[in-house]
Amino acid sequence: MLNIENLHVSVVDKPILKGINLQVKPGEIHAIMGPNGSGKSTLSHVLSGKSGYTVTQGQVTYEGKDLTEMAPEIRAREGVFLAFQYPVEIPGVSNIYLLKAALNSIRKHHGLSEVDAMDFLTLIKEKVRLLEMDERFLYRAVNEGFSGGEKKRNEILQMAVLEPKLCILDETDSGLDIDALKVVAEGVNSIRSPERSFVMITHYQRLLDYIKPDFVHVLAHGQIVKSGGPELALELEEKGYSWVENKQAA
Amino acid sequence: MTTQTASRYTAEYSKIEAKLPGGSLPWLLELRNDALKQFSGRGFPSLREEEWRYTNVSSIEKNLFEPRLEPSDQQIDKDWLKNYCLADCWQIVLVDGYYSAELSNLAGIPKNVTIKSLNELLDADAEQVESYFGKAVSIDEHSFVAFNTAWFGDGAFIRIPAKTLLDKPVQLLHVVTDPNRLAATRNLVIAESMAQAQMIETYVGVDQAYLSAAVTEVFVEPNADLTMFKLQCESEKAYHFGGTYVKQSRDARFSHHNFAFGSLLARSDIHVDLGHASECNLNGLYLGIKRQHLDNHTRINHLEPYAVSREVYKGVLDDRARGVFQGRVVVAEDAQKTDSEMNNRNLLLSNDAEVDTKPQLEIYADDVKCAHGVTVGQLDEKSVFYLQSRCVDEETARNMLTFAFANEMVTKIKQKSLHDLVLAEVLKRFPQRGITQDWL
Repeated sequence: MLNIENLHVSVVDKPILKGINLQVKPGEIHAIMGPNGSGKSTLSHVLSGKSGYTVTQGQVTYEGKDLTEMAPEIRAREGVFLAFQYPVEIPGVSNIYLLKAALNSIRKHHGLSEVDAMDFLTLIKEKVRLLEMDERFLYRAVNEGFSGGEKKRNEILQMAVLEPKLCILDETDSGLDIDALKVVAEGVNSIRSPERSFVMITHYQRLLDYIKPDFVHVLAHGQIVKSGGPELALELEEKGYSWVENKQAA
Repeated sequence: MTTQTASRYTAEYSKIEAKLPGGSLPWLLELRNDALKQFSGRGFPSLREEEWRYTNVSSIEKNLFEPRLEPSDQQIDKDWLKNYCLADCWQIVLVDGYYSAELSNLAGIPKNVTIKSLNELLDADAEQVESYFGKAVSIDEHSFVAFNTAWFGDGAFIRIPAKTLLDKPVQLLHVVTDPNRLAATRNLVIAESMAQAQMIETYVGVDQAYLSAAVTEVFVEPNADLTMFKLQCESEKAYHFGGTYVKQSRDARFSHHNFAFGSLLARSDIHVDLGHASECNLNGLYLGIKRQHLDNHTRINHLEPYAVSREVYKGVLDDRARGVFQGRVVVAEDAQKTDSEMNNRNLLLSNDAEVDTKPQLEIYADDVKCAHGVTVGQLDEKSVFYLQSRCVDEETARNMLTFAFANEMVTKIKQKSLHDLVLAEVLKRFPQRGITQDWL
């Protein structure tokens, strides 16, 4: 599904990612862990198409197509979803409208007609219940005045409604208390399927207690320095990032 | 040069003088004469005056706009006017500056509430007018006030007696029907102690050049609560000069929502004097397209302790439009514990659009909390990317954010008919941007 080969990325001539290799197959969950400044967020931004990043070497293909050539909205319509580390507040645009607009753009992209208003409402209410959100949130402006936990929940709500194929969670666990983390994790788990893949970027092992990854990769200094199964995360938690960082230096 | 052209209006004054209302009232005659003298001496404001440095009014001197001498008997396009008559409101309609009983709708107003034409009241009970007229603004304020005081032909008088709660808003609808017409109106609004009411000033006119010069004096008496909306939708060829001067007594609450959408050249002044522990909210939205020039001037005078003021003005300027925001907050020496915030945010949509913004704080007290902020810029790129990552194409994302920026001020309106009208006017101004109502 996602194939990253020898990816080098610079921000204003400063190399951040220095040769990333990663393969994500349908249904897999990959966790990418790493210390601050290792390039985790850069990776998620490059995958979702944020401007300001230059791919200097290597390639990223998604379902056989060159992902870096696509505009951010095309990636999104093709099924790539980024759950933001810091979801943006958009005063003046209601949550429900954005969801509907997004869903309809995806449908249009695939040659389908617009969603029926009643079906949409039914769908959305079901997802709102799933994430234990208040229905009134739908009619409020996107993320405006939401607490940190509410914003993250809202990201997962959007993900649940848009049903992407590749979900990138950028530090979704940061700033969440344990109850909010559980709700978010349950939301993610409920949409797991054999066709849907996840790339979870996180600083802490905690999230992985609730969403079990198939693979764990450790990112340091712009490279994946170690890959393994879920047990790698536990080892990291115990020994700290300096363990892998030092290993690389040695 | 300014004085010379202004004298064209002064020279015309003798023709209309005898027809103006209140000619038999010595106090009003004296005031009019002082105002005329004041205006003749100064002329219309020039760019040399600090408060007018961004707004050149010389074009109204080039055109000689003529006042009507008596109410119009001309038929008005009622279907068009209907668009601006709000449901669930009482209406007092001024056509070319004169009260129209035919178009007004005052059926069922509570008996103790006064909503009348100013002329009518000058005939029937001039003392009531005298006790308020010129008390919230003096003719020295600037020469438009002097001009209005000398030239006004009619206006509205609205008084909500003490402890009265008005359950429907009062809409004051100004309509200009002729090209080259001068409509000078003077309005008085009084919310007596503990009264509560809403008022909507609406300015519209035919698609021609004309001049609206309105002064509204507002008195919010102790513990009263008054909300005013001003919807300025004049023709794109028109000139609009509107001043709202407010006196708030102890514990009074006043909110003003200023929507400046129309006119080729518009200037709006909102001045508020705050009494002890009173509260005022000033909200504004100016949308300029084509070659419009929209000047918004606000002044908040904290005269006594414990008052709170909040001000948010937003501007969206496209094409070659120019916006001006001058917001001044003055905290007098006695006004300790003042709490004041002023914010002006502007969005420029084209390279030729311009905004001049000047927030000013003058603080003479030492125990106060005052903040002000200004931004001028383009859309936030993080927000554009966020929407793109939610499948919205870049152009639509930018349009949505532009609309959202403006809509934030529209959503503050709770009265549905007014909300829908203001929203329609916003959408009308950016048709090429494909903005639709279901973005709400």
